[in-house]
Amino acid sequence: MNATHTLSIRGGLFAVAAAAALLAGCSSVKLDDVPVESRTATTAGGATGGTGSGSTSGAGQSGVTTVDLTKGAGSTGLTRVIYFDFDSYAVKDEYRGTIDSYAKALAADRKKRLMVEGHTDERGGREYNLALGQKRAEAVAKSLALLGATDAQVEAVSYGKERPAVQGNDEAAWAKNRRAELNYK
Amino acid sequence: MLTRRSLSLLAASAFAALALPAQAQFRVEISGVGATQLPIAIAKFRDEERNTPSLSISAIVRADLERSGVFRGVDAPGALDENSQPAFTEWRSRAADALAAGSVSRLADGRFDIRYKLWDVVKGTMISGQSAAVEAGDLRLAAHRIADDIYEKLTGNKGVFSTRIAFVTKGGGRFTLRVADADGEGGQVAVNSAEPIISPAWSPDGKQLAYVSFDKQKAVVVTQEVATGTRREIANFRGSNSAPAWSPDGQTLAVTLSRDNGSQIYLIDRSGANVRRLTNSSAIDTEPVFAPDGRGLYFVSDRGGSPQIYRTSLSGGNAERITFGGNYNISPAISPDGRTMAYISRQGSAFRLYTLDLSSANAQPVALTDTSDDESPSFAPNGRLIIYASRAERRDVLMTTTLDGKIKARLLSTTADVREPTWGPFGR
Repeated sequence: MNATHTLSIRGGLFAVAAAAALLAGCSSVKLDDVPVESRTATTAGGATGGTGSGSTSGAGQSGVTTVDLTKGAGSTGLTRVIYFDFDSYAVKDEYRGTIDSYAKALAADRKKRLMVEGHTDERGGREYNLALGQKRAEAVAKSLALLGATDAQVEAVSYGKERPAVQGNDEAAWAKNRRAELNYK
Repeated sequence: MLTRRSLSLLAASAFAALALPAQAQFRVEISGVGATQLPIAIAKFRDEERNTPSLSISAIVRADLERSGVFRGVDAPGALDENSQPAFTEWRSRAADALAAGSVSRLADGRFDIRYKLWDVVKGTMISGQSAAVEAGDLRLAAHRIADDIYEKLTGNKGVFSTRIAFVTKGGGRFTLRVADADGEGGQVAVNSAEPIISPAWSPDGKQLAYVSFDKQKAVVVTQEVATGTRREIANFRGSNSAPAWSPDGQTLAVTLSRDNGSQIYLIDRSGANVRRLTNSSAIDTEPVFAPDGRGLYFVSDRGGSPQIYRTSLSGGNAERITFGGNYNISPAISPDGRTMAYISRQGSAFRLYTLDLSSANAQPVALTDTSDDESPSFAPNGRLIIYASRAERRDVLMTTTLDGKIKARLLSTTADVREPTWGPFGR
């Protein structure tokens, strides 16, 4: 058992990567910034930052979905991470594509189970932050449900401030810790 | 009753630096003029260096008494024990109002015979004495019991030195929940985990600890029998389960559950059965704490837009807001007599320990510290000290303070970060 906990390395992530490769049909993964919608729904592409709405349609039967290994918390980047503003649990528009992809994947396979983990930055009390992290996770879960996932498929939990992604006492670190992580179980 | 001397002598010396064995190091900070303390001389116990080389009974007693804020240690040179006839004029000239001395002997069966006497220097009379035969493992406890006896005989109040605290350590990627003496020493590991542990809470009989464990990759409330390690999962509902608080009769716990969406407060039997919802808001309701009379509950809610402390009756009715200063007030702790609340209030970007007089309608909050990362206040069972977590020199540390904030002490000198302290009840 690893004594050191690293956020990025979980057994489930490798299973996800394998599943994504299988479902994509063509097995090659491009490090392309533009995610392309595939007919067989897979995990989300790198729809963060300025790419806005994410997946495009009309790719036909040759679509390939990008799995961006460089984005997100942790070194492998396979955990999808949604970031939040200070004191907020509103899911920002820029994550719409991510949510959409996950919801579609869950809708396509009712046996899939997703854990949404909410986190906060280090400021403030532990229990209140646990509840704030819970609100973030529930906001994401609610968005997933609205887009096709069932309640049974998604569990929202919180780590509050107990598991920061980034150590540090400044806004740069805090911004990276105010997040929800999506992990298939 | 002994007379108390003013603090003028102590103010001159500024800082009570103590020569203590390494395993009992702490620093007492005294601030504020006008505090009066009782000067007491604690002589080295005869043969303690020879018979118990790994700890000093007299040093533990002196540290306990100083941490209480009531006493100031006076140096006690010379060889004394419980059979001495102290030269009281000499002790008066040393400005001591009280004197304690004793001895540590080895018994044939391997146990230790600890004896002590307490004298009133001003009156020149013997006030108290004790003797006890203890196992090696109970030597610290024997010292704490002597400190309690001195405290009770000289102040009239019950001492808390033989009580225990629990706290969490984080270091090397691991977390532990530890049980230690009230001075932070003699810690034993109750729980060892690779995942965070938060919110430990003592049962009123001191036999169990409730806490939140993340071993299952989510927050789950567990109770554990301290002596045996037997664990019981009390709350593992959908979502997060946290903030356990025991009712004064030990039969019920209040917890925060997110099973019906949002964080709300529920009551649950100590067996984990009979879950019933207590709060009903669309806000965050958390950090429940029972009032000592068992009839009310204090808790944190942001139903008014920002986290504040409320009180509600357990027999129904609306919650009443208690805190009004500032826009972030959390982590309530209630004194055993129900009259004082300690809590954490955000002032600017600082999180600071405050108290509020609950018995007076127009009371103003009083800041006890000037540090910026205070957390988790908890009252000693005699209501005269508060333990809390803070940050010093870039490390998480545990502190105790008198209720007026004037005498503070830092516990422990380890390299691990320590947090989440909670003070156990009387009686071991």
